[in-house]
Amino acid sequence: MTCDIILCGVGGQGGLSVSVVIARAAMAAGFQVKQSEIQGMSQRGGEVLANLRISDREIFSPTISKGQADIIFAFEPLEALRHVAWLSADHGTVVSAMAPILNIPNYLDIEAVRAEIRRIPRARLVDADAIARQEGNARGANVVLVGAGADLLPIPTVLIEREIAALFARKGDEVVQANLRAFRAGSALRHE
Amino acid sequence: MAQMVLSGDEAIAQAALDAGVAGAFAYPGTPSTEIMEYLQEHIEDVGDPAPGATDGQSGEAAQRDAAKAPRVAQWCTNEKTAYESALGASHTGRRAMVSMKHVGLNVAMDPFVNSALLKINGGLVVVVADDPSMHSSQDEQDSRVLADFARVPCFEPSDQQEAYDMARAAFDYSERHEVPVLLRVTTRLAHARAMVRMEEALSVTDRGETHDPGSWVLMPAMARKRWAALLEKQTEFKADADAACALDLRSKDLGVITCGLARAYYMENEGAWAAAHGGERPSHLHIGRYPVGTEKIKALVRHVGRILVLEEGYPYIERDIRGVFGAPVPVAGKLSGEIPLAGELNADSVRAALGIPGHEGVGFAGIEVPGRPPQFCQGCPHADSFTALKRALEGEADFFTASDIGCYTLAALPPWNAVESCVDMGASAGMARGAAAVGQKRAIGVIGDSTFYHSGMTNLLDAVRHRTPMTLLILDNGTTGMTGAQPTISPTDLLPKLLEGLGVEKAHIRVLEAHRRAIDADVAAIREELAYDGVSVIVMVRECIEWLKKVRKS
Repeated sequence: MTCDIILCGVGGQGGLSVSVVIARAAMAAGFQVKQSEIQGMSQRGGEVLANLRISDREIFSPTISKGQADIIFAFEPLEALRHVAWLSADHGTVVSAMAPILNIPNYLDIEAVRAEIRRIPRARLVDADAIARQEGNARGANVVLVGAGADLLPIPTVLIEREIAALFARKGDEVVQANLRAFRAGSALRHE
Repeated sequence: MAQMVLSGDEAIAQAALDAGVAGAFAYPGTPSTEIMEYLQEHIEDVGDPAPGATDGQSGEAAQRDAAKAPRVAQWCTNEKTAYESALGASHTGRRAMVSMKHVGLNVAMDPFVNSALLKINGGLVVVVADDPSMHSSQDEQDSRVLADFARVPCFEPSDQQEAYDMARAAFDYSERHEVPVLLRVTTRLAHARAMVRMEEALSVTDRGETHDPGSWVLMPAMARKRWAALLEKQTEFKADADAACALDLRSKDLGVITCGLARAYYMENEGAWAAAHGGERPSHLHIGRYPVGTEKIKALVRHVGRILVLEEGYPYIERDIRGVFGAPVPVAGKLSGEIPLAGELNADSVRAALGIPGHEGVGFAGIEVPGRPPQFCQGCPHADSFTALKRALEGEADFFTASDIGCYTLAALPPWNAVESCVDMGASAGMARGAAAVGQKRAIGVIGDSTFYHSGMTNLLDAVRHRTPMTLLILDNGTTGMTGAQPTISPTDLLPKLLEGLGVEKAHIRVLEAHRRAIDADVAAIREELAYDGVSVIVMVRECIEWLKKVRKS
């Protein structure tokens, strides 16, 4: 069993930190993990991309081959489209946030972007920002999104929740609870 | 045996700690920065006996005593100073490491090449992180070539575990052969994380000071002897590298040679190749050490009908194998086009080179996804500095704006289009000066504070001594921002004194606030200095947003 996951978004969205949450939970579940990210200039509002590979056997390549990703977590819809070439055509699922980050002058028509995502088989387009706000955690959209794809991960939910709690432990119990609520709200969504 | 999830950079830092490194030195540069960050965070965890030694002040003065001597991990002014510090530490008999990105080795080239001739005492490991595909760099030079140039052994790990194991082994090898060892990694190895098993930590070793001037004074007569000694060692280096290679003779059709990380991309596809070839896997030679030994390559070539060479960076081994007269069997690789010459390898390009069809991804028609280039952070002081500079230059037709390496290079992109060059650390000051020296009006260098200390100061001294009419804008945000806000070597409040010391006239050292509320005054001051027929320096001061975030977090 190998689960190849791409996490993509825009610098500052917290995509890399939830990548760590999934990686640690996978290790706690007894899997091998390889995690690769490109840092540096991408922190400055540019594209951010992490590759996360989870397997019950030895993992070689730090990056995922085209057409091989089982899941794409896209924290921004345009970034989902940028990476769909990596999604497995026969079983991959893209889990994408709806809200655009409009920091480039030539951003595409957002409705056209969402329509393209909806056309991808099994796609889950999630209004993660709205759900995060409802749960009283405006900065929790990334955690909502992970919740929305948690059933696709080969990891028991309890282990993911434990790592979310660990990630935010430093910020106090209130923040931990807000993020757990965001994760559960994402998990509670039902997809076609 | 302890296990931890570490990036390649962290694995190297942990290996250095476990190998008993006494002095680690670096200048930040992606993808090598995290080595020093990890060392600084952990060096006290391993029983650093001199509290505060990492600040470089208190530790070094301590009485030298093998058990109590300080262990330090320090940011330095540039890669050359870092290298020379490591060299001095090694001279005392204690282990030393210097780490940098690939272009940093260009800056440290002088001590690097010459230290190869010394009789290295305490193990000296030079970690160089290459950046094929130029994720955060201006070129994709291959440090294996520079190790060869200096005639020093080079170790190249293929994963995080090997990064740890090889870094430890490199200290031993350096001491055994009394030579610096270059440890080469690339971006994907440096920044990817995997589980790493660690060996028992050694205490700090001390071989005692060397009292052999003949092996450390490179005057011609002595240097010739040392050069001969280094050349003599090459046979052993090659034999050791050959012995360390892993050769599996299997298929008689295809032989694959992998170096470093290329092994991972090959292994990713080995099963698919075997499936398409009746279950037989290619013959495989993995090379992780240089100078390349030849015996196993010859054995592979005798066994197979064709060779595929997979290496990250230049076609370095491939060129050797092809030679002038050609290899006895067909060789595929970067030079023959099976693998692209530019950019990093990946599992897909290696798959194609192996002749295996690619996987089908999800396609979508009719939409071209626009790029999302990096940009100045919201509220970045550089943005205000460039607004002021652009306004000061409004209506001027004749000017030259040379820039440098840092976040501020983003001003070369729209909507700013404010600078015309970016070459290497410190080049802005020298290029503006050179242009002015041959008649360019309003020659302006734009440089960050960290880059100015790194390599800009000497250019400014040239300008002062030659009275070259130019203006240097130092964007002083008090940090090395682009690599994640490491401290600069010297604080903001000392900069005007430093400039005065270099000979810049006090009246033409202008310290301004890089903020939109000061824009009118800033524009006026820049205009005044552009009109001045001599050397002027404008320091635009405001702290980095990224640094502020980091401080608030901690």
